[in-house]
Amino acid sequence: MSYIGNTDMSFGEEQAMLLDVANQFCREQSPVSTVRAQLDSDTGFDADLWQQMVELGWCGISLPEAYGGAGLGMSAVVPVLESMGRSLLATPLLSTTLAAQLLLRSADSSACETFLPAIASGEVATVAWLENPDWGDTEITSVIDDSGLLHGAKVHVADAAVARWLLVPARREGQVVLAVVETSELAPEAIVPHTLIDETRRAATVHFDAIKPLTLVATEALAQSMGDVPLLGALLVAAEATGTSAACLDTTVEYLKTRKQFGKLIGSYQALKHPCVDILNNLESSRSFVYHAASLITDGPLEHDAEVACRMAKAQATDTLLHASDRAVQFHGGMGFTYECDAQLYIRRAQWSRQQFGDALHHRKRLAALLLD
Amino acid sequence: MSTVDSTELEAFRQDVAAWMRDNKPADPGFLLPQSFMEVGSEQQLDFLREWQHKVWSAGYLGMAWPKEFGGGGVAAAFQSVADQEMARAGVPICFNVIGLGWAGPLILHRGTEEEKARYLKGILTAEDIWCQGFSEPDHGSDLGNAQTRAVRDGDDFVVNGSKIWTTMGNFARYMILLARTNPDTPRKYDGLSFFLSPMDVPGIETRPIRKITGEYGFTETFFTDARIPADCLMGEEGEGWKIAMQTLQYERGAEAGAAGGLAFVRTTIDDMINELDGLTRDGEPVLQDAQVRDELVQLIMAEKAISLGDRRNRINALNTDYPFSLALSRKLRWTEHTRHMRQFAIGLQGAAGSLYVGDNQARQGGFWQRAYFNSFSATIGGGTSQVQANIIAEHVLGLPK
Repeated sequence: MSYIGNTDMSFGEEQAMLLDVANQFCREQSPVSTVRAQLDSDTGFDADLWQQMVELGWCGISLPEAYGGAGLGMSAVVPVLESMGRSLLATPLLSTTLAAQLLLRSADSSACETFLPAIASGEVATVAWLENPDWGDTEITSVIDDSGLLHGAKVHVADAAVARWLLVPARREGQVVLAVVETSELAPEAIVPHTLIDETRRAATVHFDAIKPLTLVATEALAQSMGDVPLLGALLVAAEATGTSAACLDTTVEYLKTRKQFGKLIGSYQALKHPCVDILNNLESSRSFVYHAASLITDGPLEHDAEVACRMAKAQATDTLLHASDRAVQFHGGMGFTYECDAQLYIRRAQWSRQQFGDALHHRKRLAALLLD
Repeated sequence: MSTVDSTELEAFRQDVAAWMRDNKPADPGFLLPQSFMEVGSEQQLDFLREWQHKVWSAGYLGMAWPKEFGGGGVAAAFQSVADQEMARAGVPICFNVIGLGWAGPLILHRGTEEEKARYLKGILTAEDIWCQGFSEPDHGSDLGNAQTRAVRDGDDFVVNGSKIWTTMGNFARYMILLARTNPDTPRKYDGLSFFLSPMDVPGIETRPIRKITGEYGFTETFFTDARIPADCLMGEEGEGWKIAMQTLQYERGAEAGAAGGLAFVRTTIDDMINELDGLTRDGEPVLQDAQVRDELVQLIMAEKAISLGDRRNRINALNTDYPFSLALSRKLRWTEHTRHMRQFAIGLQGAAGSLYVGDNQARQGGFWQRAYFNSFSATIGGGTSQVQANIIAEHVLGLPK
């Protein structure tokens, strides 16, 4: 039997075009100065910049044309996220894309008609995945009571404070359903922002105290999509981390080419050179896994090979970013230890990316079961 | 390139597969080499020579070489299929690799008609074994600094010096030899010349080198006033470096012109995981151990990443950031992965990991122990992993020398 399995890789013209456009857009619109300007803002992003992304159609790339999207599927979102990661451009695009996918894949046509066109034109939605910090614990204790009101709390809800809609998994008479909550229904103190290690991101704990949802999704497809969408999340975070690793490596290499010590450019020392090559090779692996996974994602339920690919992409890409950013700090010497040096942006992003949708150990444990049992 | 009909190719695949099935040699009762760098005994040599001759006679070797030189005169696609089927069937290697893969294409591409007529067929039939005289004892990775001297004297060149890591030097009839014809050129590279040298002239002696495996496969080669005919010079005097670089392109995997044949038995992660029956840890099958599982997943990922990289390398839009990165890193990555995997495989055997070839309780006859030791021939030969890393750092990342 072959443990390597599927090695498909395809990259269409639309993807190539999006990669080109997104790279250029992010480079021009999100230089490090712009990223730093948002570090202590409330929303974490520039509203005008977000509006431009909406106008480029990025919120609807993966959505069917019937819902106002471009009909290109998730594989076309991957190059955009990679480009955003390269420029550390956060914004709620990742959260919103996943929320839209959860609605789409749950196949509640009325919910899709209500929310997806609005999301495609820039309304922000996010999924409240966690009730505790363990990505491997899928137990849900939030409930819909007999009067249809939502009770419970969710933690680490990405972009909760800027979202119009929260998608909240909860139990109704023991069955898992998805409650769509309008955030304006919540008291201001119900959304408690976290202080995040990655200052380009925003997340909050959200309390639901007898809140009336706009709608409840309880389709047959919900269970499958609740399993699939976190894998799509893992893939998008992997794509983003791949872009960030490249930017991080480039920053380090640039420093090694200009900094002199003991009369020599420090980049000539093999003790610094060879780890950079390791990072480059791991970055290349990340990119291969990411675009392999993108080649296997369809609008339907994720197959075995696609699940394997998403998990490998996540395990590889975020470990690579951890390594790249760790060495970026070290190789910048004293400068690397300062807030002023951009290495801090990368090492902070690395800790965020690592845990989102499960870290490398989480995914390798599941890969072992998928591949070896 | 001529286009090949896919039905024709598929029918051909069936034919080769059937032939390999019918003609796969029985276990000879001694360990066969997994690569051409491991031919250590006359016994192995005779066996492999007979096998290669048989493959060539059946028409499955040199398929894309011209018919007049012993080839098949068909499209290279057929040879690729034959090679794939040899690997799939698990038959022995076609061991005359320096001839088939390096010297052969070189002669085919830049040799004179006379050279082609003289050398090519013997490479295919395995009558003429070829070796390579590039590395020298003091200049392992620094080829341009080669010091072996060749001095023109009448109709001969007189050669003095020594070469090392000559694969099959003691069995070879010919050597592709890099030697210095002019010690006074401003650039060291310009003083080198390239020879298609006979090995059976007085003054050339080989001394087999015993490897960490305890076996043989390489020699040191000494030249003491060895007279080789002047017509052994390939190209012009001073063109040696250029021709050697072209040869290294073949050695490092450029496939155009290669005669084909299975060059080495790859060990893949599949070979390893499929051989774990009966191995336990804490009384349970090793495949149930959490740490082992995690390591195996990492090895699978390392190997899969290389395969995926080969696929991605063909998609231009996904290779603009670090041009040539995937191609330049492939040797480093594959050889290091292989070394690491083989080392890990020994660890799965428990106390039996300490047994070696020759012990009747050694698992698979000590295959993994021997394979692990031999894996260093690839992480060191053809440019060490550390030199490869320097090349990538300087050429891809632009870091200073």
